[in-house]
Amino acid sequence: MSRLLLRPDDPRRPACLSDLAELGDRYRVPSLWVEGDLPVLPGVAVVGARVAGATGQEAARRIGSDLGRRGVTVVSGFARGVDAGAHRGCLAAGGRTVAVLGCGLDVDYPPEHAALRREIAASGALVSEYEGGDAPVGWRFPQRNRIIAALSRAVIVVEAGAGSGALSTARWAAELGREVLAVPGSILGPANAGSNRLLRDGARPYLDVSDLADIFSECAAPPRLDRRRKAQRAGREGRTAPLQGRDHASRLLALVSAEPVPRELIGRALGLGPSGLAVLLGELELEGHVRSLPGGLVARARW
Amino acid sequence: MQGLSGVPVTVEVDVANGLPAFTIVGLTDRAIQEARERVRAAVRNAGFDFPQRRVTVNLAPAEVPKEGSGFDLAIAVALLRTERELPLDGVACIGELALDGGVRGVIGVLPMARRLSASGIRRLIVPAENAAEAALVEGTEVIGVESLGVAVAYLEGRLALDPVAAPAMGEIGAPGGVDLAAVRGQSLAKRALEIAAAGRHNLLMLGPPGAGKTMLARALAGLLPDLGADEALEVASLYSLRGRLSDRPATSLRPPFRAPHHSVSRAGLIGGGTGIAQPGEVSLAHRGVLFLDEVCEFPRAHLEALRQPLEERSVAVARVRASVVFPAEFVLVAAANPCPCGRLGELSGPGCRCPETMVTRYQSRLSGPMRDRIDMVAEVPRLNGETLLGGPPEELTARVRERVAAAQSRQLQRAGTTGVTANALLDGDQLLDVCGLDARGRDALTTAGERWHLSARAYHRVLRVSRTIADLGGEERVSREAVIEAIQLRLPAL
Repeated sequence: MSRLLLRPDDPRRPACLSDLAELGDRYRVPSLWVEGDLPVLPGVAVVGARVAGATGQEAARRIGSDLGRRGVTVVSGFARGVDAGAHRGCLAAGGRTVAVLGCGLDVDYPPEHAALRREIAASGALVSEYEGGDAPVGWRFPQRNRIIAALSRAVIVVEAGAGSGALSTARWAAELGREVLAVPGSILGPANAGSNRLLRDGARPYLDVSDLADIFSECAAPPRLDRRRKAQRAGREGRTAPLQGRDHASRLLALVSAEPVPRELIGRALGLGPSGLAVLLGELELEGHVRSLPGGLVARARW
Repeated sequence: MQGLSGVPVTVEVDVANGLPAFTIVGLTDRAIQEARERVRAAVRNAGFDFPQRRVTVNLAPAEVPKEGSGFDLAIAVALLRTERELPLDGVACIGELALDGGVRGVIGVLPMARRLSASGIRRLIVPAENAAEAALVEGTEVIGVESLGVAVAYLEGRLALDPVAAPAMGEIGAPGGVDLAAVRGQSLAKRALEIAAAGRHNLLMLGPPGAGKTMLARALAGLLPDLGADEALEVASLYSLRGRLSDRPATSLRPPFRAPHHSVSRAGLIGGGTGIAQPGEVSLAHRGVLFLDEVCEFPRAHLEALRQPLEERSVAVARVRASVVFPAEFVLVAAANPCPCGRLGELSGPGCRCPETMVTRYQSRLSGPMRDRIDMVAEVPRLNGETLLGGPPEELTARVRERVAAAQSRQLQRAGTTGVTANALLDGDQLLDVCGLDARGRDALTTAGERWHLSARAYHRVLRVSRTIADLGGEERVSREAVIEAIQLRLPAL
């Protein structure tokens, strides 16, 4: 795997990184290790809790995929939970993503992300300011957050608790004059306390990708099915299911448009038995329209 | 007894001159050595004379190890026969003696009675409390006795005793049985139960505590069709060996349901113990349902030990001198929390706070061999009021059981060519033949394989389950719809 060391004067180094110098000399990034090819930067950072619930992970995945599909680079911290969801969503949509590590590039951390790591290296880049074997020690992660903020034009915080490291990324972003957005979350429970507080303190709410339209023009057009995909779908419809089934399918897609929904309720709303519902969901899952989530939930896979 | 089989033992008594002594030989265990004291006291206290001579008892065949207190009555009767006229042709005795001459019940009388009946014994004298189970064996007259005195009087013809009437085999609801309709909602899990019952597929239920997993597992036992008389007798024999006929009437035709707690010992789960080899929970669940709640809490070694019964449908219990095989053909229902706190994937409430690594480690406790044998995964989410109330009326167990029975008879018809009586046992090439997938079905399977990176084993699981779904629908070939439904019954990725 090609690995590159970019010194401050290297022309291949993303220009936005030098904004950190304005905060003071000690915040400079003297060396930046890169594995893979750096995509267009600045991008949009998507960060949040490592221990995220189903909704948080799904939100991260969706944001990642919405940005990836529009050619906006997704920057995140390669941690478990929201970070991984954002990377994965972006990759699944064919986008490019940058992972900023809190340890050296030789360290496999978190260990369960080995496959994700390979995917990112193949269609994006992993970067770190630490030497190859530097261990993932606690203090390195908040430091790494300043790089995430610097490489982005906006930071979206998804599901962050009151003490989440994602809030430090948001602070760095504010210092650097980057836009800070937060995904509104439930007020019950501590899971969204941090991100909701950001909203109260003046962060912009992120509801869908058009909220980034003033930053990235490619996000301006309202999302809609283009003609080619419609035609493709029509072709598949004829092949796979009778018309009546497709009627159910469109009703089902309307039902799961917003939040993950329990399958029990979907079955009831459509008047389908468990078997009929499983077949319908299965077809839609095979076509990539919906995804089954833990807890018997169903979510839209893409818009 | 060795497992469900055994060897009839002949008791020989020799009374010789010399110093008074009482010896028992023939590879006996301690319980049989102690029989000397019980027999001596019981004979005297029943009003007979114990010979003041050199008494040698041999239990033949001498090379077979013998265990337990069930030989007491036979030894005493043989001893008394040296001085009285006791016709013993075609007669066998089973029972433990009390010091006062009473006869106590022993475990394993039913399988012993079956074995003795097969070897030509026509009359069986057993403890009164075991008479009902022994009488289940056809072709043998069973006499229940309460004391040694009664037994001797009967054998001498001084006392007439009527043989115990064979109790009628019948459908007696297993205690704690649950009707499917008693569980609200959970339609996916219920459908999975129906499929599991029809094809005898093992099932994993994932869901938080209190979502109804235990009730659903109990309902599965209710979905299985009645046992045949022979099968019921075999099951009752296993319960008899374990001394557990009080848990489940010997005459019940309902498939058993066992739910051992995760603190169960290895011997309790698999079989073993000192003395007579006793069947474990896996064998008590024979032809029924074995439910392992909180399966991740079971010691890993226990779960590994389940591999043999899951693959071979029987379990070998190693003894000092031999290994005993018990049948253990059950549908496994395992239940687990999705993560240590149980809240993974919940929409409302505090949500799951378990680190991903802990979730992975927790789920990996379901060891490899066990996962390989589990064909289906069903989510059992905790339902809120909105979901619980309303909704269509729930289907009754009896109706689902009819579909299950129909699907099973379809499998039995196929067994003529495949030799496999349940879809869960289909494997490899046979599986493809039996499914007869058309292009659309194959297409679904290929797409799913690419999308979710299915392993060869996962393909087989999907095919097995889809074959059962087709059987439930009365279809000759497996349709695309059946394949897709089967694909839905696997573990959803996070």
